[in-house]
Amino acid sequence: MSRLIRMDHSGHTTLAEWTADDPGAVDAAVRAFRAELDQGYFGMVSTGEGHAEQVRELPLDAELVIMRLPISGG
Amino acid sequence: MAVEGLPELASVHWRPLVDERSLNRRGALWTATTAAHVVPFVGAGAVLFAVEPLALPVTLVSFAHAWVIPELYAHRGATVVKPKRPRAGARAETVSVGLLGDLVGHEARELHTQTGLVLERAALGAWLVGPAGALLVRPGGRRVHCYCVRVNDPELPTGDRIAHLLLALRADERGFATVANLAFSGARWRVRRRLHPAVRPALDAAARAARALDRRDSG
Repeated sequence: MSRLIRMDHSGHTTLAEWTADDPGAVDAAVRAFRAELDQGYFGMVSTGEGHAEQVRELPLDAELVIMRLPISGG
Repeated sequence: MAVEGLPELASVHWRPLVDERSLNRRGALWTATTAAHVVPFVGAGAVLFAVEPLALPVTLVSFAHAWVIPELYAHRGATVVKPKRPRAGARAETVSVGLLGDLVGHEARELHTQTGLVLERAALGAWLVGPAGALLVRPGGRRVHCYCVRVNDPELPTGDRIAHLLLALRADERGFATVANLAFSGARWRVRRRLHPAVRPALDAAARAARALDRRDSG
């Protein structure tokens, strides 16, 4: 089961869960992912120890996709 | 589809992308600036005392300036990882730390529990990431660059704020160091002295990691 989560004021919120063989869940996850992008979030996927990647499309094979906000110098 | 480089770089488009050379140059510049503050005050104090021993109080004031100014710079650097009281509720903090724990290994998780900072080994050195800043201990462990960098939502729980920075760092280390604002660069011992005592073990761990990186690079 893959998960799309957003880091927010509650700690994090699970926005969608899907498996590749469930088209309805995949559609809902893709819609949720795009809605977050529209809100200004970035999609992040871990790609091994110490590495992450920003994604523009929901990677359906990823176990965990995390939505983060932009960062800036303080 | 993966994205190359941090999108946040667009907001600092005038800055050249940080690399090994630019980090070494910035470090040397900070050392030169420190020397430019210290040498005139020490020199003037010493000359004054040599010419007129009764001017000892003025000499001491001059020496104090030579000591205080670098200390203030180091203090500014150490402040980027100063522990602050969380603004989010206890439950949100717990949830966010749980997610952060999923992103890091056992060693980093333990260090975070102890110090509030996450240790991350990368190409430019060993990073210590906090909720509103990061320290980069360069390979060899002698020099530390202190960066102000944060997610633009201070109400987020601390675990999430660190996770935001960690994910950005892991996606594009050079971009992360470019987006962040350099608050100080100098000797590790100078930063360590100004750190909150609870945070010092994290800097010690990062120094060990940075020394190992140095051995790996030169091996």
